[in-house]
Amino acid sequence: MRNALLAASAALLLAAGPASAQQKSIKIGFISTFSGPVAVIGNDMRNSFELALDHMGRKMGGLPVEVIYEDDGFKPEVGKQKTDKLIESDKVDFIVGYIWSNVLLASMKSAVDSKTFLITANAGPHQIAGEQCSPYIFSTSWQNDQTPQAMGHYMNQKGVKTAFLIGPNYAAGKDMLGGVASTFKGKIVGQELTKWPDQLDFSAELAKAKAEKPDAIFVFYPGKAGVQFLTQYAQSGLKGQIPLYTAFTIDELSLPLQKDLALGVPGAQQWVNDLPNEANKKFVADYIKKYPGLRPSFYGAQSYDAANLVASAVAATKGNLSDKVAVQKALEKANFKSVRGNFKFNTNHIPIQNFYLQEPVKDQDGNYVLKTVATIVEDNQDRFVTQCHMK
Amino acid sequence: MTLFIEQCLNGLQFGLLLFLLAAGLTLVFGIMDLVNLAHGSLYMLGAYFAATFAAWTGSFVLGAVLALAATLLVGMAVEVIAMRRLYGRDHLDHVLATFGLILFFDELVRLIWGAGGMSLPLPSWLNTSVRILPGVDYSAYKLSIIVVSLAVAAFLYVLVMRTRLGMLIRAGASNREMIGALGVNIKLLFTLVFGLGAALAGLAGLMQAPILTVQIGMGENILILAFVITVIGGIGSIRGAFVAAILVGFIDTLGRAYFTDLLRLAFTKETAATAAPALSSMLIYLLMAIVLVIRPEGLFPASSK
Amino acid sequence: MTWTLNLRAVVVILLLLALVLLPVYVELTGSRFLLTLFTRIVILALAAVSLNLILGYGGMMSFGHAAYLGIGGYSVGILAYEGVTSGFVQWPVALLVSALFALVIGALSLRTRGVYFIMITLAFAQMAYYIVAGLARYGGDDGLTIEKRSQFFPPLNLSNKMQFYYLCLALLFASIYLVWRIVNSRFGLAVQGARSNDTRMRAIGFPTYRYKLTCFVIAGTLCGLSGALLANHTDFVSPAMMYWTRSGDLIIMVVLGGMGSTFGPLFGAVALLVLEEVLSGITEYWQIILGPLLLLVVLFARGGIDGLLGKVRQKVHHD
Repeated sequence: MRNALLAASAALLLAAGPASAQQKSIKIGFISTFSGPVAVIGNDMRNSFELALDHMGRKMGGLPVEVIYEDDGFKPEVGKQKTDKLIESDKVDFIVGYIWSNVLLASMKSAVDSKTFLITANAGPHQIAGEQCSPYIFSTSWQNDQTPQAMGHYMNQKGVKTAFLIGPNYAAGKDMLGGVASTFKGKIVGQELTKWPDQLDFSAELAKAKAEKPDAIFVFYPGKAGVQFLTQYAQSGLKGQIPLYTAFTIDELSLPLQKDLALGVPGAQQWVNDLPNEANKKFVADYIKKYPGLRPSFYGAQSYDAANLVASAVAATKGNLSDKVAVQKALEKANFKSVRGNFKFNTNHIPIQNFYLQEPVKDQDGNYVLKTVATIVEDNQDRFVTQCHMK
Repeated sequence: MTLFIEQCLNGLQFGLLLFLLAAGLTLVFGIMDLVNLAHGSLYMLGAYFAATFAAWTGSFVLGAVLALAATLLVGMAVEVIAMRRLYGRDHLDHVLATFGLILFFDELVRLIWGAGGMSLPLPSWLNTSVRILPGVDYSAYKLSIIVVSLAVAAFLYVLVMRTRLGMLIRAGASNREMIGALGVNIKLLFTLVFGLGAALAGLAGLMQAPILTVQIGMGENILILAFVITVIGGIGSIRGAFVAAILVGFIDTLGRAYFTDLLRLAFTKETAATAAPALSSMLIYLLMAIVLVIRPEGLFPASSK
Repeated sequence: MTWTLNLRAVVVILLLLALVLLPVYVELTGSRFLLTLFTRIVILALAAVSLNLILGYGGMMSFGHAAYLGIGGYSVGILAYEGVTSGFVQWPVALLVSALFALVIGALSLRTRGVYFIMITLAFAQMAYYIVAGLARYGGDDGLTIEKRSQFFPPLNLSNKMQFYYLCLALLFASIYLVWRIVNSRFGLAVQGARSNDTRMRAIGFPTYRYKLTCFVIAGTLCGLSGALLANHTDFVSPAMMYWTRSGDLIIMVVLGGMGSTFGPLFGAVALLVLEEVLSGITEYWQIILGPLLLLVVLFARGGIDGLLGKVRQKVHHD
């Protein structure tokens, strides 16, 4: 009886077989944060992803696309749970998204073990660029250190001799401060890591910075924390006394809340809203048209690129996603028009790209917008690529 | 030195906020013998109401006043509908039932206000700093929190010590059965006390909203601290709650600030930054554990039993 | 002959059968996710069984039980991170550390009663949470990924989902049996007696403090085992496993299922987690039902699911 049962099961299994070579549709799982104060970021990413799908007629390689959005609630363990659900229950072909480095680090094992391609549209912990790089993980954003490294270069250009660094104590925060330290040639007179995401009161850290009297303060506080930081920076009397240099603290999402507080505070970015290439112009214009009152941020731009990257791979493999090696090669080619201009992957699947300097200004209509002032570095490679085993 | 003064003020401000939260909790606990886990939900509602009303009326102060009134009403409604059935029951029942209320309120808020949280911007006249001492610039808003909280504490003192209602409250805290036997309208008293507690929680919630957060589940984290303070201070004792809250506020703030530096002498800055907030939180729980083992009635017990 | 057909017994038998046959069903239909879901249910049911021992039978309302999940889980996680992947080392460590922790917490907490007991167990659990969250080397709040599951001798391979499921199921059945044996022993009856009237039990001559402490340690150890299993199941541990609201979840399972009953915790775990899966597929606001449901159970259905099932009896005559 038992043998018969086993035999029957085996037969059914064989009949079901491995996933058939011909897909009926493309299933994409999208993980981001859609609750809490940073939901505005997740919404921007979702809006941009949806816009990209609209632009390609909601088809990739001729096959209809289905996207399942999941909320990581800003928590690594929830993000991991949702990733597992997308892989095991929804059986998605690609997973895209991930704002937060700690959420990505918790979730990536599930993707790699199941050989599901994961495109991070924001998080860039150094582990995925270096020792934990994987054929299944790609990034359409950057490696965390790259952006603050560019800012470090800029601070050198500006003749800053001493700096105080402040950031949140989690995977990305540590990367950011480490990134600045690796290119800044001056002296770092102090570093403070704050409890993340609970601590939104920076008065103690600002007081310490004030006491050290540095030439400049570098800060990294994404999302709502960026608004809080700038507010308290002004309240502590430092505005106008010690200049601020930032990464990921001022963007199209936080700027409307920061308003005057952000004027004149420079930030580094690999994508800027006014990049003159055709794909970008179309992206920004159509985004504003589809979502009145909103402007896309770099989070959105990265998600838009992710959609097009996946589409290019599906088209190249003609929908035959079961050949993982072919999909990987197609993804590596990155044969799509990125909104940041030329797009090229390094051997560790992190983009090689330019970094620009942006400053918030008030335009003639009284709106707060970001303006590109200069190119800081060109074709920048991340500094962990040598630690990656993929060559 | 100026940094130390600032930190002390921060500790005081945080402690006073905790006091507002704990005062309501200890009152309800002491008089109705009710363990109310959903107290944190009232704190959350205070913040959400304030953000909403301030946006509608365009005025921060008006929004705050309306939010207080709304939280008071919600508190009284919750008492009449749900809490009444729990009096006299096992503490376990209270914990379970009010835990259920937490889940309910979290979802209700998500349904009404959405998952994204809200923000409550400060009016410009509060968004500056004040020079309280030479070289010490302190945030005007935080100063106002301190002032308002002290005023409320004074008001509570007068209420509890000098009015008839206060007398009933004190009597109820030390011997519940007696005031019932004396012919006091227990039902009304309980509803008022619960409402007062709700209003205090709502005030705490709306005051921290502009500088901290307005999001779902914000009550859960701070609720635990409020309970700890209640236990340390003594159940039913407002004076105990005041002392314990200030103590906890100082330990938490000064601990986080100075532990980091202390640890940095021996460890990397990352280790120090990770361990310091953990240590200062642990210290508070350690304090409660010590109090419970040595003097379980708390520092200033209200009960004469 | 007269048999009493008991609905509770029928449900228990069907449920146990379903749990045993689940992997076969999964093989036939290919729904791997069901296996993942039920492995999680079984592991948490084990935790609920351990809590039921002290809460349901012993009347000890511990709001810090989730701490042992974390202790067991992190024992596995930390050892794995440091290169010790042998289950023969990890699991005994998990059990030992949980037992020690329970001994210390229990020794101090059991000197208090009622709401004070609740608060002090909560305090200790939060302390454990903060200790773990403060360990920068092991990820702190970001958590710790477990690259390789606990290694035992082949052919036992925990990465094989079906094997792992059956292992968890076997451990669950063993713990249900263990708890059943304990509560029906003289020792267990004394603890239950102490729940209803501690003074009287002591007057008769039972050392209730020692008995309760023993129960507390056994419960903590069992929950530590559950934590070790959970760590292997998710390949990930984070301090969030031990946050006080997780203890609340465990309490809900025990109460919903029926406190002080043999299979109550299993009913509770299955009901809660299946409900969670099903309802979240229907509406994202499903939790709004859970809250008032709990309130209703507390007010009107004190015996939980087990109590409700037990009410249905049918006399069946056989001649």
